[in-house]
Amino acid sequence: MLLDWFTIAAQALNFLILVWLMKRFLYRPILQAIDTREKLIAKELAEAEAKRAEAKKERDDFQQRNEAFDRQRADLLSKAEAEVKVQRQQWLDAARQAADELTAKRQTALQTDARNLNEAILIRTRQEVFSIARKVLTDLATAKLEERMSEVFTRRLRELPADQKATLGDALKKSAEPAVVRTAFELATGSRAAIQNALNETFSAEIRVRFETAPDLVGGIELTAGGQLAGWNIAEYLADMEKRLAELLSAKAATVAQTMAPSPALKSA
Amino acid sequence: MRLSPDGLVFWQHGFIKLNGTIVFTWGIMLALTAGAILVTRKLSTDLKRSRWQNLLEIVVTGIVTQIAGVGLKHPEKYLGFLGTLFLFVAVAAAGTVIPGYEPPTGSLSTTAALALCVFVAVPLFGIEEQGVRGYLATYTKPTVIMLPFNIISELSRTLALAVRLFGNMMSGAMIIAILLTITPFIFPVVMTLLGLLTGMVQAYIFSILAAVYIAAAVRTHPAKAPGDVAKEKTTQPTKG
Repeated sequence: MLLDWFTIAAQALNFLILVWLMKRFLYRPILQAIDTREKLIAKELAEAEAKRAEAKKERDDFQQRNEAFDRQRADLLSKAEAEVKVQRQQWLDAARQAADELTAKRQTALQTDARNLNEAILIRTRQEVFSIARKVLTDLATAKLEERMSEVFTRRLRELPADQKATLGDALKKSAEPAVVRTAFELATGSRAAIQNALNETFSAEIRVRFETAPDLVGGIELTAGGQLAGWNIAEYLADMEKRLAELLSAKAATVAQTMAPSPALKSA
Repeated sequence: MRLSPDGLVFWQHGFIKLNGTIVFTWGIMLALTAGAILVTRKLSTDLKRSRWQNLLEIVVTGIVTQIAGVGLKHPEKYLGFLGTLFLFVAVAAAGTVIPGYEPPTGSLSTTAALALCVFVAVPLFGIEEQGVRGYLATYTKPTVIMLPFNIISELSRTLALAVRLFGNMMSGAMIIAILLTITPFIFPVVMTLLGLLTGMVQAYIFSILAAVYIAAAVRTHPAKAPGDVAKEKTTQPTKG
């Protein structure tokens, strides 16, 4: 018997059971695994693609930034060079100007020093000269010289110009006080008498005279009457001469200061 | 001489009996299920996977590709039925390398049961896809005159399925048995190899034919007569 109905039924049932078993244990897990893997691969591919795109973007970004940086650096470099050039020029100018100013100042200082020294020397010389002259004349001045001076005095009194003579005469005559004759040394009696005579003769009147001694006159003789002064002495000469010399020196110093002042040409050099 | 493992009866009670066909079928079921469980127990979903998983993936994706090649739009839906047909027939044939084993597909009862399953499954899939009316209407295509021929075709192809597989498997086992009595050495081995080959071919033919029948049943657009398409496609594998 080739066909057995029980076996057919049993085999059909067996087959259906096997179908269920295979579905449960083979097809479903395997297909699921494949699906999962395919999804994973797709995901990884997508991720890789995204990463590549990102990397490309970053590379582009980096390149751009690099170029920008290069440009900026070049700009900054050229700018810095220009700035340095300008600054250098400025500093050079400033240094030159400072040097010029220093030179000018030093010159001025030197000139001032020289002037001061000159002035000091002049003043000292003047002082020395006058001190020597004064000393020499003081040494030389004696009673004899005084006598000689009184002679000169009397002569000059007699040779006085007319207007001066009148003024002095008026003063002598109107003054209640006696006229004062001052000399550096005590006059000899003879000299006193000669002066008295000369006065009397010159002014044609009895002139009251009082004789005084004044050592600061160095040498010489002077007549004071009613505010009028007539006389002749060395101290006056010396003072007069010193005064003139001082005037001369100050005038010269002023001229020198003017010429020594820094000229504009010197400044710009 | 025993033609099929049906004759090998282990236990019987009335019409209920435990013959070789059922026992060997259970063995195949056990082996397939145990193997599937063993391999799929630790499936990896990332890029690295075990060799056995690779093998099973190749088998499953290969079956899916074949089903899709026949023209079914959602191969995963039919994978359970068609894939199990192929695996069962193939493993039944491959088991012949084990001494003392007799393939359950060498029993007409088994092949008839499988053919009956196909006979029932085809209209079920067709109705699921097109509805009862739509499916029944396919029997009257291209004209109502074709209705009896279509019905005859439906029955005859089921019979053909059952007998073709039975004949091939039974003859293979029979030839080896006969040869063993004549030339016990070498030649039976060659014939066993040939039997393995024909077993694989038959497994392929059986499942592909079932796929073609299902594809014809679920085809919704009536441009071509489903029966004609089925016949066209059936002729090619049966020759091989």
